[in-house]
Amino acid sequence: MGKAARQPWLKPLVFVAALSPLLWLASRAVRGTLGPDPVAEVLNRLGLYAICLLFCSLACTPLQVVLGWSWPLRVRRMLGLFTFFYASLHLSTYLFVDQGLDLGGIAKDIAKRRFVTVGFAAWCALVPLAVTSTQAWVKRLGYRRWKSLHRLAYLAGGLACVHFIWRFKTALLQPLLFTVVLALLLGVRLAARIRAPARRVSVPSESG
Amino acid sequence: MRIRSSQITPKALYLRRRDVLALGAAGAGALLLPGGARAAETPHGRKLEGLKPGQPSTDEKKSSFEEITHYNNFYEFGTDKDDPARHASKLQTRPWTVKVEGECVKPRTFEIDELLKLPVEERVYRLRCVEAWSMVIPWDGFPLATLLEKVQPTSRAKYVAFESAVQPKNMPGVGAFGAIPFPYLEGLRIDEATHPLTLLAVGIYGEELPKQDGAPIRLVVPWKYGFKSAKSIVRIRLQETQPPTTWSQYGGGTEYGFYANVNPEVDHPRWSQAKERRIGEVFRRPTLKFNGYADQVAKLYSGMDLRKFF
Repeated sequence: MGKAARQPWLKPLVFVAALSPLLWLASRAVRGTLGPDPVAEVLNRLGLYAICLLFCSLACTPLQVVLGWSWPLRVRRMLGLFTFFYASLHLSTYLFVDQGLDLGGIAKDIAKRRFVTVGFAAWCALVPLAVTSTQAWVKRLGYRRWKSLHRLAYLAGGLACVHFIWRFKTALLQPLLFTVVLALLLGVRLAARIRAPARRVSVPSESG
Repeated sequence: MRIRSSQITPKALYLRRRDVLALGAAGAGALLLPGGARAAETPHGRKLEGLKPGQPSTDEKKSSFEEITHYNNFYEFGTDKDDPARHASKLQTRPWTVKVEGECVKPRTFEIDELLKLPVEERVYRLRCVEAWSMVIPWDGFPLATLLEKVQPTSRAKYVAFESAVQPKNMPGVGAFGAIPFPYLEGLRIDEATHPLTLLAVGIYGEELPKQDGAPIRLVVPWKYGFKSAKSIVRIRLQETQPPTTWSQYGGGTEYGFYANVNPEVDHPRWSQAKERRIGEVFRRPTLKFNGYADQVAKLYSGMDLRKFF
């Protein structure tokens, strides 16, 4: 709690920063500057913000390992929940607006198209993480099991990258860069584990 | 521990500056910034003279000039929809010639200003992109058949190949990191090329074609997916064999076929073609077979398996 008392601005700052892309998007909608296909723009932006926030949350532990910073771990849960928030908005935009809740078309899309399938799978992987994000769930599952479960975040990251890559027919540079960053983040954790197998490289995200 | 926010932004967020603005800089007042890097306004071209309304047309609501000039696939200028609006002003459209050659009696090279003197009519066509969006565009142009008649195709002219301009210095999408190989190549069967619906467009909305829409002259084949309608054409070749085309070769030929007729029954590998979003509308509408031009063109394909020849 001492640290929280010394950095009272940390969580509010991260909260506002994580919310700002949505406000930005909303302001563009109000000003009518989303371009000729606003639905596609909103859909793509929300997906991009979800993947960015997922990467922020995945970067917390590597930052601690490499630089010794502990403060990112205190905002990890918030970043994770914002990831789920943006991913859910992205999915909702697809379901309700892009597809107009055409259930037959949606079911066919998810079943038939690998690009949609992995995107949906990535969102599904985030659901248990969001549900068990509370301190009560850490206690209920036990820290070790809770931590194992939350490694699903890397699976979600991998699926999100594949979803991103398969979305494009060309211009793969951006999604491939995301994939490289994901590999680096995972690499830092694996390297830390190999060098110091007994050492805990992570701590419970926060005490409240 | 005091850490500057610039040091903690994960690398992934640096990838797109506009998104970093949005993501990271709320504290710095990002919301007060003007609308980011918006594409510049498109200059209106010279008015075309002697324009006549043509048939067939549609009375559907036309897409706006703004929409038609700010939502383009023209990979020579980049792969984002607004890249052409931002970069196409560099395209040099004079001097410009269109070479018509191959299996014909009188091959020749046409100066663009000679072609612009041909009688031009307005055709309001639906345009259906293979990416499942669509527009309604008032093209100004003349039938491709008018040009082909001038060179007198021989009986060996079974196909027509089209080549788009490459100006590496003026086209940021062309080069080592280009998304696709250039020059952009397209092709039609001769009966498709000489069909009265097939147009060489030199304008929209009664004005010379904006550069991002394929100035100074482009193909328009309204019953096929938009990529068939090659932009900024410099060469037309009549030939006996089916020409290789950019997209039918891309990805080992799995992405798009040579025919590329609009067909709601044949899906793209990654998305359904059953519906489309008309630019400016929110919800999707059903896609029509041959983009609604079945009455005029379906007979060209009688007996063909359109799933095989997609």
